[in-house]
Amino acid sequence: MITLDLILLSILLLFVIWTVMTVRLVHAVVGLALTSAILAVIIYRLNSPLAAVFELSVCSGLISVIFITTVSFTQRISKERFIIRRRERLLRFLYLPFIIIVAGWLLIKYLRIPQFSLPSAASVTDARLVLWHLRHLDLLGQVIILIAGVFGVVVFFKETNK
Amino acid sequence: MSPETMELFRYFIIFIILIFITGVYCILVSFNLVRVLIGLEILIKAVTLLIILAGYISGQVALAQAIVLTLIVIEIVIMVVAGGVVFWAFKYTKTIDPRRLSNLRG
Amino acid sequence: MVILFILLPFILLLILNLPFKFLNARVASFLSAVLFLTQVFSVLVHSWLHWSNQALILGQFFKFSLVLDPLALVMLLTIGIVVFISLLVARSTLTTEKRYFNFINLLLVSFIGMNATVLIADIFSLYVFVEITAVAVFVLMAIEKNRFAIEGTFKYLVLSMIASIFILTALAFFLMACGETSFTGIHNAFLAGANIILLNFAAALFLCGLFIKCGIVPFHGWVPDAYSEAQSAVSVLLAGVVTKITGVYVLMRLFISVFVLKGNFGNVIMLFGVISIVFAALAAFNQNNIKRMLSYSSISQVGYIILAIGCATPLAILGAVLHFFNHAISKSLLFVNAAVLEKKFGSTDISIITGLGNQLPVTSATSLVGLLSTAGIPPFIGFWSKLIIIIALFTAHRFVYGGIALLTSILTLAYFLYMERNVFFIKTQEPGQDKERVPFGLKFCEILLAAIIVGAGLGLPFILNSQILRGFLRS
Repeated sequence: MITLDLILLSILLLFVIWTVMTVRLVHAVVGLALTSAILAVIIYRLNSPLAAVFELSVCSGLISVIFITTVSFTQRISKERFIIRRRERLLRFLYLPFIIIVAGWLLIKYLRIPQFSLPSAASVTDARLVLWHLRHLDLLGQVIILIAGVFGVVVFFKETNK
Repeated sequence: MSPETMELFRYFIIFIILIFITGVYCILVSFNLVRVLIGLEILIKAVTLLIILAGYISGQVALAQAIVLTLIVIEIVIMVVAGGVVFWAFKYTKTIDPRRLSNLRG
Repeated sequence: MVILFILLPFILLLILNLPFKFLNARVASFLSAVLFLTQVFSVLVHSWLHWSNQALILGQFFKFSLVLDPLALVMLLTIGIVVFISLLVARSTLTTEKRYFNFINLLLVSFIGMNATVLIADIFSLYVFVEITAVAVFVLMAIEKNRFAIEGTFKYLVLSMIASIFILTALAFFLMACGETSFTGIHNAFLAGANIILLNFAAALFLCGLFIKCGIVPFHGWVPDAYSEAQSAVSVLLAGVVTKITGVYVLMRLFISVFVLKGNFGNVIMLFGVISIVFAALAAFNQNNIKRMLSYSSISQVGYIILAIGCATPLAILGAVLHFFNHAISKSLLFVNAAVLEKKFGSTDISIITGLGNQLPVTSATSLVGLLSTAGIPPFIGFWSKLIIIIALFTAHRFVYGGIALLTSILTLAYFLYMERNVFFIKTQEPGQDKERVPFGLKFCEILLAAIIVGAGLGLPFILNSQILRGFLRS
């Protein structure tokens, strides 16, 4: 059904705009987690269940935890600066919905996708088989980047400054 | 390719472009380093959706999922490192305003 | 056998992190230095070893598709040399032993990333290892955690991620058009000619992403800050190999062997190359900081390589590869000199540092070698590579581009001589502030790099006859 996909996409776009425009930072991080959840549902509807569950658990959960940890290390600004900030920030971000609506209307009217032919169907249809049997370099890459991430955490968070 | 798949594809592309625009706007207009990272996250989500869509259209669902899995792992590591950088930036300047980071000019 | 280039550093990385007490920074640096020199050595005598693409025992369990062709051999040589130099520079310029240990581990990670980038035959795996290199360099740039380094790191992080977004979007379109991500699959899709509009659009997006990663004008915003504020050893690494391998090499590989494109792309690439050459050479004029001036000159030299790639005749590609090697060695030498100056005086500001010729004889002599090689004076290797590029441009009837390249080369020479004279050869009234000796490790690096420049420059006809380039010209 096309309409369900369209409704889900609209909700996704709405959450993304809310994430960008909201004033408090913690609300923005929560908005990011919600967009990950809706994105996981859309991905599931596109016949990719493995990616959907990964996106839901990791991006919706882990990255929000990382962001909230980072935000909690920084300090809250004082109340009067907050009100000044809020007023000037509303002025800046007010353009966003207009830009989105205008761009959306232009795209719906004028975007034409050229016809293209599709490649042949895949031989292996299970993602787990593809990952474990065909793409060993990616697995090695994941291990190495996780090691690099561990060293990053050690460098940034463990040492004390000179 | 059937016309209704084409129609669906067209709507997906339109929404993905709109999410891209939102993410780029967030990076350009924000005064807060953590918001720049949130904008980057939004861009990465748009690209994830585009890759899954490409997999769906071309029938290579398994390959697209394998790509997205690896991409999510890379994204986590980069966000952790970025969080570390923001943490130290805050320690030095007592603010997370990217306008304050314009010491290096020229 | 080829997989050893990736597996050996990985095994070393795992071994160095086992919880034994004797594995401290000294052992780590010795073992990694041995590894890097092994790589350099094995490339130089590669015709005597028997390379096979089977991986013996490992081939039964893992299926790695790696390709080792002559271009990759030149890249591996460059990577080995520059990473070794970076290791030695770090030994003399990092403050604590714990930091040096972390540095070595992250250096090994970036080494794995760069080695894998030059050996891989699949676009997505290429992207994964480019990101691995980038993450290792992010953490390395901020390893001393001083204020400007954090700022440079953040700028590099955001711009590198934007470039990655472009590259991934292009990858999604390639997946849509041809269903695979391997080089052969995409090459066949270009040759089959079915989805040309989509493929060209995807190639254009990829090109935008790669330009940001190379540091070409107008996408060069992160380069001056990142090169000048990173820790000295990391500047050597960044300017010497990382930017070039993750940006320029990928461009070279894809746009020459994999994508089959019409002439317009070549013209666009050449245009961006020429703009970079001129703009960066002019912007290097009013810089007070040595490292910033060197970073602008880096952008300019990378513009030469991009100009030659856009031209795409075999002679031009030979010039591009030679200039790649030459610039990696020369720029590393110049950044090592900057590290020496920084260590002695604590700053890299030209207005403060003058008249050092008597105190730092090795540094002044080698910096003269490095600057003349970058500007393109015989008999250094920079002269040969620039000459080949300019001849290739003229024989391809691109007289305007060749003329601009030649003129900017003269401009670069003028400014470099001016700076050299100011920093090293002017006689000042009072002696400099600090009298401590330059550490031997740094002196050794400088002499080694200068020797490579002079030796390769004098011996170029012999090199051109050697196995590596003969095989390369054939491919």
